[in-house]
Amino acid sequence: MASLISCPHCGVRPKEEFTIRGDATPVRPGPDAPEEAWFAYVYLRENPKGRIRESWHHTSGCRRFLIVERDNVTHEVYSVVDAAQAKEAAE
Amino acid sequence: MSAYRLTTGGLVDRSAGLAFTFDGRPMRGFAGDTLASALLANNEVLVGRSFKYHRPRGILTAGSAEPNALVTIGTGGRREPNTRATVAELFNGLDAISQNRWPSLKHDIGAVNGLLSPFLGAGFYYKTFMWPAAFWEKVYEPIIRRAAGLGKASMQPDPDRYEKAWAHCDLLVIGAGAAGLMAALTAARSGLRVILADEGFRMGGALLSETAKIGGQAPADFVASVLEELKSFPDVTLMPRTTVFGWYDDNVFGAVEKVQKHVAEPSPDRPVERVWRIIAKRAIMATGAEERPLVFGGNDTPGVMMASAMRTYLNRYAVAAGRKVAVFTNGGSGYATAQAFASNGIEIAAIIDSRAVVPDVAPKGARIIHNGGIVATKGGNRLSGVVVERSGFEEVIECDALAMSGGWSPVVHLACQRGRKPVWSDEHQAFLAPENGDLLTPAGAAAGLSGLGDALKDGQEKALAILRGLGKRPKLRDLPEVEGEYDPAFAPLWYVPGAQQKAFVDFQNDVHVADLGLAKREAYGFVEHAKRYTTGGMATDQGKLGNVNMAGILAGMKGVSPAEIGTTTFRPFYTPVSFGAMAGTSRDKESRPTRYSPLHNWAKKNGATFVEAGLWYRSAWFPRAGEATWRDSVDREVLNVRANAGLCDVSTLGKIEIFGADAAEFLNRVYSNAFLKLPVGRARYGLMLREDGIVFDDGTTSRLAENHYFMTTTTGHAAEVMTHLEHCAQTLWPNLDVRFVSSSDQWAQMALAGPKSRTILQELVEDDLSNEAFPFLSAREVMLKGGLKARLFRISFSGELAYELAVPAGYGEAVADALMEAGAPHGICAYGVEALAVLRIEKGHVTHNELDGRTTPDDVGLGKMVSGTKPDFIGKHLAGRFGLTAADRLQLVGLKPVDVANTIRAGSHILKEGAKPSLTNDQGHVSSACYSPGLQSPIALALIKSGRERHGEKVIVWDGLRNEEFPAVICSPVFIDPENGRLHQ
Repeated sequence: MASLISCPHCGVRPKEEFTIRGDATPVRPGPDAPEEAWFAYVYLRENPKGRIRESWHHTSGCRRFLIVERDNVTHEVYSVVDAAQAKEAAE
Repeated sequence: MSAYRLTTGGLVDRSAGLAFTFDGRPMRGFAGDTLASALLANNEVLVGRSFKYHRPRGILTAGSAEPNALVTIGTGGRREPNTRATVAELFNGLDAISQNRWPSLKHDIGAVNGLLSPFLGAGFYYKTFMWPAAFWEKVYEPIIRRAAGLGKASMQPDPDRYEKAWAHCDLLVIGAGAAGLMAALTAARSGLRVILADEGFRMGGALLSETAKIGGQAPADFVASVLEELKSFPDVTLMPRTTVFGWYDDNVFGAVEKVQKHVAEPSPDRPVERVWRIIAKRAIMATGAEERPLVFGGNDTPGVMMASAMRTYLNRYAVAAGRKVAVFTNGGSGYATAQAFASNGIEIAAIIDSRAVVPDVAPKGARIIHNGGIVATKGGNRLSGVVVERSGFEEVIECDALAMSGGWSPVVHLACQRGRKPVWSDEHQAFLAPENGDLLTPAGAAAGLSGLGDALKDGQEKALAILRGLGKRPKLRDLPEVEGEYDPAFAPLWYVPGAQQKAFVDFQNDVHVADLGLAKREAYGFVEHAKRYTTGGMATDQGKLGNVNMAGILAGMKGVSPAEIGTTTFRPFYTPVSFGAMAGTSRDKESRPTRYSPLHNWAKKNGATFVEAGLWYRSAWFPRAGEATWRDSVDREVLNVRANAGLCDVSTLGKIEIFGADAAEFLNRVYSNAFLKLPVGRARYGLMLREDGIVFDDGTTSRLAENHYFMTTTTGHAAEVMTHLEHCAQTLWPNLDVRFVSSSDQWAQMALAGPKSRTILQELVEDDLSNEAFPFLSAREVMLKGGLKARLFRISFSGELAYELAVPAGYGEAVADALMEAGAPHGICAYGVEALAVLRIEKGHVTHNELDGRTTPDDVGLGKMVSGTKPDFIGKHLAGRFGLTAADRLQLVGLKPVDVANTIRAGSHILKEGAKPSLTNDQGHVSSACYSPGLQSPIALALIKSGRERHGEKVIVWDGLRNEEFPAVICSPVFIDPENGRLHQ
């Protein structure tokens, strides 16, 4: 786990200021999606080794949700972007 | 052995005498002493008993690797067990006591364990105490715990302060010995922001123990001149008494600074210890090298000491470890020690060298025994001689101290804490630091270099490389010349054959060579297994002395290189860190914030009894004269609210201001009920679900202006709801124009409830509050008489005609006072959360007792609040799953005992009449219970299988904790005013 996270809004901050919500990969299905899609969204999670995308909340800082891409083996942090911007970029 | 203080020399201040005690006996030392050097100066050779066999043990080292000299320092709440005497700075009034002995250090009954040693070998825990199984907890474990152990912790609270701090630098230099000083100096001269941290109370590391000349100066003078120059740079921070204990991701280092551990009575204005987190762009690990013990028979007799430690005691502390000293060595260190003693006129009994040919120079006239080895030692509590074996011939050599040197192991601990293992080097016959890139660079002896000159040079070079890496132009200066240094090279010797006594590998855990052999024979030869099987490398010293020998011996037994054996895993902390330091300021009440409502003082004035609710203090009830129990107060408050009026502090509710053009749409998506068409000036009760269809939170949201809403949440979930809203807005629907501000602390909010509340409130409010002008669920800004703007909401938790009035926090107390004054002629009373709970249970309103993370809206009778028409909202899509709509789900009902003498308790379970208590027969549970003074009966809310169809059924309330059961009748959860006539009056 990284000791320091570079928040795009606040700069380099200690990890204790953040709350990790979890896997950032699941995308909320559309209103008409079948129940299986909702079930998968709410309950099914991979537990990958290596590069992961996580949703972090800068709870004691700017209170923005961030997408942190990091490696859970080497602890390297690849990128930290605002969740809204990440969503925009993905769409 | 007879140890004594020299009359001259050393770095102690003979003009500053210090008094201390050891096991109650008064002794004297000097400023600049450690406890260990002062004990030696007082000829205290026996200082502790070993962990398992209770063997007498003496001081072995002069530093942080000490396995033997563990003492308890201090008394009362300042009592600190397992302190290494070798690093404890002596102060006036220090009280130290020895450990793991009874009745006294010299006569220890536990030493009988030594006779039992055939049964206490490696793995004895796993073998001896297996049978009979029931004996473990009652017989074996208590006995082992009493017999084998270290110091005892104080049971009194620690009176001292601790704190934590951050530090930032370009370069952190760990260790202020030759390499570290040179590295720090080079970096500082080139303008880097440098932190130089050293665990010692006097910077200089091993330099302080040496006699070589550096740039023509004595080592201590050289150290002083370097420190003087370092202090002249504004960007250099010197941190003595600071142990860097951990290396973490992003080059963050953990360090603990002993701020006031060396004073008898610490100042309350400063902490005694401070934990630092140091963010360093680069770091140099100049942690030096640890001298290895030799593993030979009887190597633990008090009087046997590391050769380098003896030099330290002699040169730095002016303490001679003996009057006739023998040396057992496989390299140059032993000869350097012999020279040091000889130059002080102390007799050398013999130098026993395992090597046949040696380059080292012995003091004139000293006897050297080449190809020799020690197989046993004489003396019990104190060394009197050694048995030397050479070419099959034995000889007893009398001596009162033995210096041993088995070569050197670089201190690579920090460099191995982040996953990489140390690397074996045949050339160095040692484990070296793994390659870690340029973030943490070993330098000097820690990098495997031997010799003072090489260390100075390496410190400079490593700093220059870092300067270049950071794009700085280095300022180069010549290195000082070193004269008279010795060569610490050595030939490997893991184990001295022919041992006639136990040959210890790990002194602290009493692991000897035979234990390792046993571990290997029993298939625990893998190094991590061997550690657990023998306990070698555990406890406070974590194998600093023994681990490398252990790897070497296991390698020898298996006939492989130590490279194949490897080491166990290195983890923080390098040396023990106190719990106090780790906790910092977060202890007792300060371990979390305490929150006071803006109306706290108002409640206090009115005599409130407070209750802790999460972080909050909330007013629970307001006792009056003549009321014997809390129930008397609560009953009165409830009846008074129903008959007249009451004022309750509800400031702890979460409050969130919501703004934006899409605020309505957003609320419509986070609440399960409709919010799109809420008119300005109106409040609505809202239900939030989790995405899995379970109720998350409830509260009211009011539309104060077209694009401005005010949400209240439950007290307990205020933070979670705020985070939830942020998550929804930022990650699910970032295209919606909506923003939030938490204003929980900005508003004092009070509930005014009861049939007379309108009359009372009208006296304070300019606006017309008639039912027509301000009907149920009105919500808007009003003007208080006197000109204060306030927010008024006509909402009710009690079921009465009621209002919630919010004023800026600073005005809360004054407004509450004014309401009490205006209400006095109408019989107003203050009421607390206990009465509030009774009022809401009577009305059948739910709280988190019912919304417990398992219930759906329909379970708690709020099924109508789940919109069927909205296309999407959080929780919609999984709310209709079979499991959440099954007919036998627990549903909210009311419950009344058949006999009003029976008190229903929350948590009780419900059974059918005649059914035995079992999981299968369980019908549900009581979620909330109270005594209703209006109904003059205990009442309760319960969640019961298919409960809504069972009104009128007689069931059993079963309380397994109190072994009580009695009949009760299921009823509607709304006990009073089911038509809501009171709300609308």
